[in-house]
Amino acid sequence: MKMITTTISRTRTGQKAARTVKRRYAHNRIALLFLAPWLVGLVLLTLGPMLTSLYISFTNYTILNPPVWVGLQNYITMFTGDPLFIKSLKVTFTYVGVSVPVKLIFALLVAMLLNRGIRGLGIYRTIYYIPTLLGGSVAIAMLWRKMLGGDGLLNGLLAMIGIKAPDWVANPNYALYSIVLLSVWQFGSSMIIFLAGLKQIPPEYDEAAAVDGAGAVRRFFHITLPILSPVIFFNLVMQLITSFQSFTQAFIISNGSGGPVNSTLMYSLYLYKKGFAFFQMGYASAMAWVLVILIGLFTLLVFRSSKLWVHYEDGGK
Amino acid sequence: MMIGQRSSTAWIVMKHLVISGIAFVMLYPVLWMFGSSFKPGHLIFSEIWFWPSEWNWGNYRSGWEGIQGNPFARFLLNSIVLSLGAVLGNVISCSMAAYAFARLDFRFKAFGFALMLMTIMLPHHVTLIPQYILFNHLEWINTYLPLIVPKWLATDAFFIFLMVQFFRGLPKELDEAATIDGCGPVRIYLRIIVPLAFPALVTTMIFTFLWTWDDFFSQLIYLSDVSKYTVPLGLRLFLDSSSQSDWGPMFAMSVLSLIPCFIIFIVCQKYFVEGIATSGLKG
Repeated sequence: MKMITTTISRTRTGQKAARTVKRRYAHNRIALLFLAPWLVGLVLLTLGPMLTSLYISFTNYTILNPPVWVGLQNYITMFTGDPLFIKSLKVTFTYVGVSVPVKLIFALLVAMLLNRGIRGLGIYRTIYYIPTLLGGSVAIAMLWRKMLGGDGLLNGLLAMIGIKAPDWVANPNYALYSIVLLSVWQFGSSMIIFLAGLKQIPPEYDEAAAVDGAGAVRRFFHITLPILSPVIFFNLVMQLITSFQSFTQAFIISNGSGGPVNSTLMYSLYLYKKGFAFFQMGYASAMAWVLVILIGLFTLLVFRSSKLWVHYEDGGK
Repeated sequence: MMIGQRSSTAWIVMKHLVISGIAFVMLYPVLWMFGSSFKPGHLIFSEIWFWPSEWNWGNYRSGWEGIQGNPFARFLLNSIVLSLGAVLGNVISCSMAAYAFARLDFRFKAFGFALMLMTIMLPHHVTLIPQYILFNHLEWINTYLPLIVPKWLATDAFFIFLMVQFFRGLPKELDEAATIDGCGPVRIYLRIIVPLAFPALVTTMIFTFLWTWDDFFSQLIYLSDVSKYTVPLGLRLFLDSSSQSDWGPMFAMSVLSLIPCFIIFIVCQKYFVEGIATSGLKG
């Protein structure tokens, strides 16, 4: 087939085209050398394991004994016979559903405060980024646990104004929200992306609208938001994907248990417990695939909805 | 007109007050931890103001002695070795792959590139268990190999993408001139691309370092001997032995564990802001 095309192009467009065809893939061998580490990793650590985990997800596997084929059993058990799995779904949806919008709104508000040629922008940006810089660490998660604990900093402050508050991380009604707060606290990178987006908006737009008598609120909803919508879209997708996989904070704050009363049993945490505490590798693999499908569905949903609310200045082309 | 009015001094002062107020509230937990690390145990939870009424290095001394017979310096050293191995691996393997994608002409390039992009979005949970089984077969559990070797095999495809974008921005005329002078792809990569792509390489190094330094999940799974523990796992030991008096040393070592991130951030700020603003790197 390739020879035929080569001949045709040679006859059709003559010498020049023939040379291009011959010169195509000039670097096959040397490229293989450059790509070798990546290729080995792709096959041995990504594609191979993906296929394996798909297979394992249809088996009972404890690492000690060979896998036993059980068909769809793991997937069926998840949705019909495992209340903890359903609980972990609820916890994760609540976490994602609250933390992502609140974080993005907060990031946008602060970015707008910082946008208008304020002095010391660099310093403020640095300070606001610090939580994002440190927030993923075990150290901060432990601080959080202590800060929101019964005798922690927050309750100390509340006691000063006479409020007797509960132990936030030990109370099943609030424990998850203490993790939400920790996530919202790290709004720095979203804010930096918003700031970069806001810089692209020509101030003349705003000025013209102001001259025409549009108030600040109207200008925000009719100028800033539409122009910024691609950036919001980008931030939303990124935050959605990472929030679904959140692990460390819930693990540290609940000391690995997902408690109290499973109120912080995030999906990743439950998957970890199934795979590495109970060694139900088959079930954990099935959970991993359900997670992929969930994230895929939500991302798709956001992409689909984007036609309704994301405006591209060049008309989307 | 209205915009002009808004720039009155009162407005500007107000704005600065609001912004620095929010900043102070946000940073307060970190300040409080820093202050608490110098407070004796009984004061940590009775004092709300972060500034210690008396400075006391005792927490640092007892935290540094470590836990379960392992000095904290060992956890630090383990983390440093691990992070350096990961940083080197990522920079070398990802820049090689990125060079091929950005500059070389080979078969299945578009397909390979699409495959690479797909792996960026893939949750690591899917490969987690088979990888564990593989490393278990190789008897790599409880060593640093499962944490370092994948970096040398460019599994953090995000950085390949980052570098491809950067390499594509470098003038192609340089490559062409070098080719005329008789340079092959290997020398072009080493002598032209790598030096010119320094900012992209630094961004990769910074984020690989931070992510490895803070990584908890894979270190938790693969390391079991306390003597091999890294800083995140070591810190967690303080939490396990959770008698009230241990919070001081724990805060002290927490502060210590955050210092490397802080220094890198201050020194390399430019790369942070650019890396995040241009490619959406999550810190």
